[in-house]
Amino acid sequence: MKLKTFGVALAASALAAGASAAQTTVAMWYHGAGNEVESNIINRIIDDFNSGQSDWNVVIESFPQESYNDSVEAAALAGNLPCIIDVDGPVMPRWAWAGYMQPLPIDESKIADFLPGTKGIWNNTLYSIGLWDAAVALYARQSTLDELGLRTPTLDNPWSRDELQAALDAAKDSGKYEYALDLGMAWKGEWFPYAFGPFIQSFGGDMIDRSNYTTAEGALNGDAALAFGEWWQNLFAGGYAPGNSQDGADRDTGFIEGRYAFSWNGNWAAVPTMDGGVEDIVFLPAPDLGNGPTIGAASWQFGVTETCAHPDGAAAWIEHAIQDKYLAAFSDGIGLIPSTPSAAAMTTNYAPGGPLEVFFGLSNAQALVRPVTPGYPVVAKVFEKALADIADGANVADTLDAAVDEIDADIEANNGYGN
Amino acid sequence: MQNRAGWLMAGPAFLLIAAFLIIPFFMAIGFSFTNQRLVSPNPTEWVGTANYERLFGIAVLTLEAERDEDGTVRTKDGEPVFPSLRSYTRNKDDHPEYYRKREWFSFGRGEDRRTFVLATDVVFLKAVRNTLFFVAVVAPLQATAALGLAMLINRKVRGINIFRTVYFMPVVISMVVVSMLWRFIYDGQNGLLNTVLDLLTFGWFEPVDWLGRTSTALPSIMAMSIWQGVGFHMIIWLSGLQTIPASLYEAARIEGASRWQTFRYVTWPGLRNTAILVMIIITMQAFTLYPQIAVMTGGGPLDSTQSIVFQMVERGYGKQDISGGSTISVFLFLFVLSISLLQRWLTREK
Amino acid sequence: MTLERKTRLIGLYLFLGFIACIFVLPILFMVMSSFKPDLQLLSDSSSLRAFLPVGDLGVDNYRDAFSRAPVGLFIFNSVFITATTLVLSLFLASIAAFSFVFIEWRGKTVVLAIIIATYILPFETVAVPLLLLVNNLPWLTAEGVTWGWLNSYQVQIVPWIIRALEIFLFVQYFRDLPRDLVESARVEGASWFQVYRRVVMPLSGPVIATVAILKFLEMYNNQFIWPIMVVQEEGLRPIMVGLLYFFQLNTAWGEIMAYLTIITVPVLAFYLVLQRAFIASIASTGVKG
Repeated sequence: MKLKTFGVALAASALAAGASAAQTTVAMWYHGAGNEVESNIINRIIDDFNSGQSDWNVVIESFPQESYNDSVEAAALAGNLPCIIDVDGPVMPRWAWAGYMQPLPIDESKIADFLPGTKGIWNNTLYSIGLWDAAVALYARQSTLDELGLRTPTLDNPWSRDELQAALDAAKDSGKYEYALDLGMAWKGEWFPYAFGPFIQSFGGDMIDRSNYTTAEGALNGDAALAFGEWWQNLFAGGYAPGNSQDGADRDTGFIEGRYAFSWNGNWAAVPTMDGGVEDIVFLPAPDLGNGPTIGAASWQFGVTETCAHPDGAAAWIEHAIQDKYLAAFSDGIGLIPSTPSAAAMTTNYAPGGPLEVFFGLSNAQALVRPVTPGYPVVAKVFEKALADIADGANVADTLDAAVDEIDADIEANNGYGN
Repeated sequence: MQNRAGWLMAGPAFLLIAAFLIIPFFMAIGFSFTNQRLVSPNPTEWVGTANYERLFGIAVLTLEAERDEDGTVRTKDGEPVFPSLRSYTRNKDDHPEYYRKREWFSFGRGEDRRTFVLATDVVFLKAVRNTLFFVAVVAPLQATAALGLAMLINRKVRGINIFRTVYFMPVVISMVVVSMLWRFIYDGQNGLLNTVLDLLTFGWFEPVDWLGRTSTALPSIMAMSIWQGVGFHMIIWLSGLQTIPASLYEAARIEGASRWQTFRYVTWPGLRNTAILVMIIITMQAFTLYPQIAVMTGGGPLDSTQSIVFQMVERGYGKQDISGGSTISVFLFLFVLSISLLQRWLTREK
Repeated sequence: MTLERKTRLIGLYLFLGFIACIFVLPILFMVMSSFKPDLQLLSDSSSLRAFLPVGDLGVDNYRDAFSRAPVGLFIFNSVFITATTLVLSLFLASIAAFSFVFIEWRGKTVVLAIIIATYILPFETVAVPLLLLVNNLPWLTAEGVTWGWLNSYQVQIVPWIIRALEIFLFVQYFRDLPRDLVESARVEGASWFQVYRRVVMPLSGPVIATVAILKFLEMYNNQFIWPIMVVQEEGLRPIMVGLLYFFQLNTAWGEIMAYLTIITVPVLAFYLVLQRAFIASIASTGVKG
């Protein structure tokens, strides 16, 4: 242990040169390694905190996002977690259930006006809080809508399934586009449940039965889910959307270059798209596929570990970090939606009248968090594979049945995840 | 004295292997009989052979084609129509033996009957099949290609060392990196391979989505794997070739042996030990097919590139089911062990 | 040189060159791309321009890669971990193989068989149990005994020192060495260790080179899952974990190509150095056969 303490002490002294010696070290892990802008902002918040009070000294260790969860889980297994961690919203229930995290020791009145997707609540308990949320919209050009003679959908009056289909047909028939709709199939992993889960929900199905979270039967393979599956398959079989083998570069540049008519994309891509020269861009709300329009919610959030020896220090840091000025700084730096209206007003993009203001509305009106259950990581993996297989032409009912069986088997093996 | 010296010298290596491979593997064997998870507050429970039964759960179901009221077999697109499998696989009460299984493959039996082989874990079975196919193709092809290259560069001409180095270069690059590079090459729309084939055939060639089609995905990965690994085995063959005394070739030349005869009666017998070594190494490497899959296809399209180790990692880490991952690893160990025993028996000194 | 021989030689070179192209082009693509801006890199990747140093070339990708991640540190870590493992491996594997081949001792057939059988175990099989294990192992430091190996170099080195293949390669090679060399040295009164060091190892250049290359590649290129599990401090991460720093939204392909090119240099250099020794040793010993 001495070696480790020495290492931590060394890192601490390097980072906190000048801080008073009476400060107690509070370790924090963060997922932003390799993202310079993000690292700069988080380091600034930490510097402000460490120099602004004399009790605590927060020391950060950054991990690459791709392997962050693996690192946390391995460390938890070895009993080696720091005090503060950041956690992806849908994964939080698993870590809370597993006993990695303790209820967030901060006063809930301080986060009263936060967007719903930024509050990590499981079992009626707040475990984590996010400085931002993310939202998805249907990117289009106003000129495309005009040329194809399409109505501009609004939050109150989104496109219906038929209208969406008509829009895709019109784009396809115009012959001007390589594909009518870019779904972002190049982005594997969490993008699938985050971006496409809302489609099945909008059909009236779901990834899991949310009434008790003990089975996916009926939700993921009921009539609504089967209808969704057929619809989904037709997007690819009908030649509307590029499939699983879409490459990442096409995802990044296809819409900007005008090869795709519509693109289902997150708010973080909005600034690069506008910078790429799409001047008449419009961000359309999710279509209503039958059961109301929905988009995903919840991004990275801060939480406190169960083993944390100084929860008051951790809480002090989190309360420091959720100030509007920092929410705004993150938003301006990496394009995310600030968690509060007052912070949004301070940003360039999300302020009233700002180019991305619409996303704040989307987050508020359409957002539905991904299934709030410790079993989520497995649900997400299974759902991703099922959608990829259906896109490749697999039998819809068989595929969804198999997905249900796998999710249910996992729930059983975990004794119902405490439900 | 001999005993002590022997143990002293072999001891450290054996101790390291025992501590860092054998003991953990026995722990894995233990996990395979439990419901151990990576992340869980639940106490680990003994589940007997349930994990193994899930992997290998198979049932056979023969169905009669549906008939119209007048008794003729109902057809669609010229094929007889069979009752939906769902009425069997989702019906726990009436058909517990088919419950939660899905179709692995099926074959027709006459006009109006079809036998369906159902399995609990179709993905795993496909992974086993793909891995076997991969080994069966890659091991002989790579070994032969490597021998060909070794013979090609086993000559004294100016600059041959440059070629040796160039042929070896892909080996020094990590498979992860190689896989990332080859995704550009195999890209379906404007990949380099399609471009080159298009040039070579003067535009006659239709672009192929190499990694996106079930028929080409695994063969594409095989080709890339051979490209990456062949240089290493070339070097092993080369060192084998260089141990064959020149006097034997001289004698063969004096006897007037043809090139084939020289290879058959001088070169090949001299390479016996090398051949065994090469085959063992290639077979093992092929069985642990993993990074290519993880980087390039994730097992798709439609499970056509699932592999045993990929499934092991996907379950153990991706789905955090340590017991499931461990079960696959125990299976893999026993499976490869029996194959290598077979290989040994086949290549034994007669 | 006759005309016929000349034509045949030219044909040979053409053929060698054609095969060389197959091996070198994808690598050339990597190196060339590392000097191109992202947009050009992607558009070039659909034509033969991918292999050519054309367009807007520069070292911006290299500069950006170094500012995004501590590249030098990652390379140092990987080289240090690899080199340490390699030296220990060559020594322990060769001396074990020596014992298996030349010394008669009780139980050696069984021990060797067990070791060879572990060759089948892919590392992924044992990763989680091994994590639990190393977390409870002691380590000696200047200040006394510490418990738990996480966040250290040794956790990335010690479990990897020996694999069955290295022992197997040495065993195969030693079996072909003339036994009377060993026996006459013993008769002259040399200890087993002296025989190992003075008689056998000097004759083992080729197999040492083979094992060294193999081990270097395994350690340098493939350390990924394990360091993610056992190392949390940035200062201890190896190159393959460093690669993850470059996968952000809107992947910077140019930087990735630059990073890949940089990390390939040490391993290529290692091979080139070893290749000379390796070929020279075959020529000079002439023991085998």
